[in-house]
Amino acid sequence: MQLDAKIPGGPLAEKWDRHRFELKLVNPANKRKFEIIVVGTGLAGGSASASLAELGYNVKTFCIQDSPRRAHSIAAQGGINAAKNYTNEGDSIWRLFYDTIKGGDFRAREANVYRLAQVSNNIIDQCVAQGVPFARDYGGLLANRSFGGAQVQRTFYARGQTGQQLLLGAYSALMRQVGTGKVKMFPRREMLDIVVINGKARGIVARNLITGEIETHTGDAVVLCTGGYGNVYFLSTNAMASNATAAFRAYKKGAYFANPCFTQIHPTCIPVHGDYQSKLTLMSESLRNDGRVWVPKNPEDKRRPHQVPESERDYYLENKYPSFGNLVPRDVASRNAKEQCDMGKGVGETGLAVYLDFEDAIKRDGKAAIEKKYGNLFQMYEKITAENPYETPMMIYPAIHYTMGGLWVDYNLMSTIDGLFVLGEANFSDHGANRLGASALMQGLADGYFVLPYTIGGYLTGTTLEEVTTGHSAFKESVTSVNDSIEKLLSINGNKTVDDFHKQLGHIMWDYCGMARNDEGLKKAKGMVQQLREEFRENVLVPGSKKDFNQSLERAGRVADFLEFGELMLTDAISRQESCGGHFNEAYQTEENEALRDDENFCHVSAWEFTGKDKEPVLNKEELKFENVELTQRSYK
Amino acid sequence: MTKTINLNLKVWRQKGQNKKGRLETYKAVDISTDMSFLEMIDVINEQLTHKGKEPVAFDHDCREGICGMCGAVVNGRPHGPEMGTTLCQLHMRHFSDNDTIVIEPWRSRAFPVIKDLAVDRSALDKMIQAGGFISINTGGAQDANAIPVPQEAAELAMDAAACIGCGACVAACPNASPMLFVSAKVSQFALLPQGKPEAAKRAISMVREMDRLGFGNCTNERECEAECPKEISITNIARLNREYFKAGFLSAEK
Ligand SMILES: Cc1cc2nc3c(=O)[nH]c(=O)nc-3n(C[C@H](O)[C@H](O)[C@H](O)COP(=O)(O)OP(=O)(O)OC[C@H]3O[C@@H](n4cnc5c(N)ncnc54)[C@H](O)[C@@H]3O)c2cc1C
Ligand code: FES
Repeated sequence: MQLDAKIPGGPLAEKWDRHRFELKLVNPANKRKFEIIVVGTGLAGGSASASLAELGYNVKTFCIQDSPRRAHSIAAQGGINAAKNYTNEGDSIWRLFYDTIKGGDFRAREANVYRLAQVSNNIIDQCVAQGVPFARDYGGLLANRSFGGAQVQRTFYARGQTGQQLLLGAYSALMRQVGTGKVKMFPRREMLDIVVINGKARGIVARNLITGEIETHTGDAVVLCTGGYGNVYFLSTNAMASNATAAFRAYKKGAYFANPCFTQIHPTCIPVHGDYQSKLTLMSESLRNDGRVWVPKNPEDKRRPHQVPESERDYYLENKYPSFGNLVPRDVASRNAKEQCDMGKGVGETGLAVYLDFEDAIKRDGKAAIEKKYGNLFQMYEKITAENPYETPMMIYPAIHYTMGGLWVDYNLMSTIDGLFVLGEANFSDHGANRLGASALMQGLADGYFVLPYTIGGYLTGTTLEEVTTGHSAFKESVTSVNDSIEKLLSINGNKTVDDFHKQLGHIMWDYCGMARNDEGLKKAKGMVQQLREEFRENVLVPGSKKDFNQSLERAGRVADFLEFGELMLTDAISRQESCGGHFNEAYQTEENEALRDDENFCHVSAWEFTGKDKEPVLNKEELKFENVELTQRSYK
Repeated sequence: MTKTINLNLKVWRQKGQNKKGRLETYKAVDISTDMSFLEMIDVINEQLTHKGKEPVAFDHDCREGICGMCGAVVNGRPHGPEMGTTLCQLHMRHFSDNDTIVIEPWRSRAFPVIKDLAVDRSALDKMIQAGGFISINTGGAQDANAIPVPQEAAELAMDAAACIGCGACVAACPNASPMLFVSAKVSQFALLPQGKPEAAKRAISMVREMDRLGFGNCTNERECEAECPKEISITNIARLNREYFKAGFLSAEK
């Protein structure tokens, strides 16, 4: 299929305005006749549900957790970007656009990223008006800090709880609409299928997680805001329920999956310490504003950090990248940490950690100032590790954190299934091969508050939607297949638990499709994943019954999907014979070990099309055209 | 230093809302003191699964102390013995070898048990629906810096806004009152210029909803503050009361 991104014409800076003018409007009285299904209540789904309802649409919103306020967005720590230039450092929409495109290693769509930078400012205005308590300076104006990949301070924050505060803002707007009756909220539901009728998304099938009931819902359009798939690695910074299921099942119904191998490894997480561990904890990137990253110069130096004199420390990021220093983008910082550890300079019990040291910052600004900025992060670190980071440097190591890949969408955020829109981390759109810090919150809210509410109207006015009911044969087929797969999982009665399989899959993905990849490893991993999947289908043990609150069954369904999805990631990684951003194929690197792109052959989005269970998918390409920026080798020196 | 300990667990098992529950005893062997409390339950659950039994149902998601999904009463204390700590951030190094640990769900009329340790806290959302917001539609906002907010007010608002909505305050209170939860939201908005116009109405609507849902009232027991994993201060309740009374005197909307 020829992929049409539907990018509006005209100069970059005018595209969005022009498009909004050209989109047909739904008149207010008619909005009431439409019913929109929103799946997910993170920043993307929460903001979209509230904004659609405010416009007059009838909205049905679904989430897995017991309350929409608990979506994974709640855990975001560091901040949200906007091009306000309140700091007078010369920031602008253009600079935020450029930094994001460059940070993404030139694998994102110019028009989308530009629009993102444009609406970034509206987001901050909106959130302040909702009562989000952003940090302020002494004069009572909003404070900013720096994040990786940028040389200006454009990140707005609420202590180390920015995601929480932004989500509570969107959640309160959503609750207000639930109160008015415009949004009907369905918590503790898991969407298990999209129903497509005459080529259009017309509903979903969901499982009621308390009763086990399989429910069907019709809609005039479906909006997926189901987050990222980082948990394919088992250990990640994502919340436990984060999954690929909703997106993957949409893929199986005809939505293309774009760039699945673009995953982000965050440089500053608390290192792994035991095989019972259930997740990894992020230490916000904002810490790199004040913390200095170092390792001992000599390999296998087992002294405590304080015993290593200044002259025997290697502040490798500052030395190697003098202009960005500790604030290089995440992919660069992660790879460098790995490199140091591979050279035997890693610290801590496992040797898989580097120091993040606040001694100089505390000397310079005082403990109180540091505590004010990062107090809750330091406290969290101490709770987990029982070490006091005010006195001893933190130990950190990279971990899976974010997934740039996602369902392919056009400029209107519509997937290859008509009427199926995808927002937030679940789509692939704005971050290319590497996301800059504080840009996911921005994108989620941009999509939900300021993009979808317009573009969905354009779709609804331009299409004819016949009446459908849940009695339609497409719903029945969907329910049957969902029921069959649930029953299959419960009937296997094997010897290994769901977690056993999930952990095994995670190891394979981390070892072969993690920070550094090579063809041989990727191919080997593909075989291993196929084998593991076969074994799962014969030997998984899922206790309990289907008509019940059954968390093992929930996880089993997600892991079954991860076992198929993992292979898609590997297939994508093998096909992309270049390095870019988070996708680092060892065969393609510069002399200085930076990712080496191949713009001639790979300046495209890889959008994968499902062709049948366990069959090889088909690759469709969307060529990326850069008309406004020059493609360069990224340099942060 | 990492070491391992053995524990006797007494865990509340209850098949469903209207079923009878009881404490069951499990042995937790070779538990690393670096584990979190929930990881310790994971270990038990893996063992139960291998034995063909149903694992213990419990809510959790972020495991970072921020989503508010986890929570159980551990040895009589919501979220266990550590101050200012959610259950997911409680580590086993705070327990000793051969300890007996009793694990029960939140108990409150407004939070029915769903299964084992998982309860239904939708009442908390209902109170927010009643007024826990600032009435502004998307698109209507002025420039974010148009109204300066004194730093101190912003910091106090943030202190209140740190509430994770876990329900521990209700579980801790002898009257099962959610006053700390309600007051945190009312305070956050009352402290900010953006929230002031609706402050009175908000206080009244939320408190009214609280009563309607069958929650108990606050009689200043202060248990909520002591058990709150985010250390939300009881001064917020004083602020709520002020707003509420102001509203009663001044507002036409009663
Ligand atoms: C620890 C951490 C810190 C971060 N810090 C930052 C930061 O400082 N700045 C920044 O910009 N970004 C940050 N990020 C990234 C950012 O938080 C996420 O990318 C973003 O919040 C994703 O929002 P979302 O709305 O797309 O999805 P999510 O918030 O993940 O929400 C997904 C929603 O979908 C629902 N859902 C999923 N599957 C189903 C299903 N099958 N059926 C029904 N519902 C379903 C869930 O219940 C949930 O409501 C951080 C991420 C992590 C992990
Ligand atoms: S699991 Fe999120 S607060 Fe404990």
